[in-house]
Amino acid sequence: MTLWWIGNVLLLVVVLPVVVYLLKGVLDAARSIVPSTRRIAAAASAGSKDLDAVPLLLATQAHVKQTVEVVADYGGSLDVIVDDAEEE
Amino acid sequence: MPAAGVVLIVAVVLIVLALVYFLVSTIVALRQITSDLDDAIAGVGGIIEKSAPVADVVKDINANLDAGVALLEGLLVKKAGLVDSMGLVEGLYPGAAAEGLRNFPDSRTIKAPRISEVYTKGTLTLARLGREAPIAVASPAGPVLRNVEGGSLDARSLYPEERQSRPKRFPRSPVIGTGAPVQYPPSEQRGGTTPDEAEIRDKGPWAETSAEGIVPAELGGSDAPREMLAEDRELGSSVLGETTASDEPATGNGIDPDAGDEADAISDGGPEPPEGAEPDLKDAAAPPRQVDLDDRS
Repeated sequence: MTLWWIGNVLLLVVVLPVVVYLLKGVLDAARSIVPSTRRIAAAASAGSKDLDAVPLLLATQAHVKQTVEVVADYGGSLDVIVDDAEEE
Repeated sequence: MPAAGVVLIVAVVLIVLALVYFLVSTIVALRQITSDLDDAIAGVGGIIEKSAPVADVVKDINANLDAGVALLEGLLVKKAGLVDSMGLVEGLYPGAAAEGLRNFPDSRTIKAPRISEVYTKGTLTLARLGREAPIAVASPAGPVLRNVEGGSLDARSLYPEERQSRPKRFPRSPVIGTGAPVQYPPSEQRGGTTPDEAEIRDKGPWAETSAEGIVPAELGGSDAPREMLAEDRELGSSVLGETTASDEPATGNGIDPDAGDEADAISDGGPEPPEGAEPDLKDAAAPPRQVDLDDRS
């Protein structure tokens, strides 16, 4: 009978707090991940939205090509009308 | 049931309740995590999908910009020379010459001349494009930018060879009038050139008529002796007018007769200037034109 009471006391004083402590640690860890994953999701969503302007790169690509062509035209004209430098 | 058994049951129930509470809470938290990760994965997937063509587009843009840079650098070095190019770059962007030109590794070791500190942009442009800029004249320290005369000759080559690159001294315009060194009788010069023997031989006998004049002198042409001319040829004719036959001055002041045969309407005539009047010398300091100097020489 005495051993039974000792077992009950150990169960209530030692086992139950340990179980509660461990489970609470797992729960706290899981809950601490939630805000992080929410921030990640928000960042990914915002990043995806920022990339909506990527198609504009195609227009930029065309403009750069036209600009370089114009520069080439001007450069070619200058090459014709301006004398070359003297050879050293 | 003994009391110890009741306590045991209560302890087990408490432990089970604790397990249920914490485990359920953990399950809920993990489900939230899963849901948020799904959202994050969707966002990342969108990023990957949208950024897929960026690499190719940016590569193409960079290739075009590289071509533009190579073109401009090459043109600058070709026209100004590598040393002057670095001077121009340094003048526009101080410190940029140290980085050098991308396609010319030697440019990093060149000490950039201080072109922009000496010449303004406009002057430099004139020196590059024109031969008339004062800067284009050779300086005591040697050619400023390049051989100006060489550049000028290159430009001249655009024009006809005879007059530009090796100009001759062409005959001057003929002197006409009473001071002309060669006097032609009126009968021989009625417009156009008087045909010489070669031209007469080339054009035929009819050209001899032109050589003799429209009206030869022996037939009463304008250079015929006075006695052969009609009355209308006389100066006193009513058609041509006549002299006044008077020494009275035609103008108010007239020409100073003291000058005699050397009298001049400018120096010997005109109004007397008032006492103490300063002559108008506003144009006196102007040097003679180069054309006039060339004519004198």
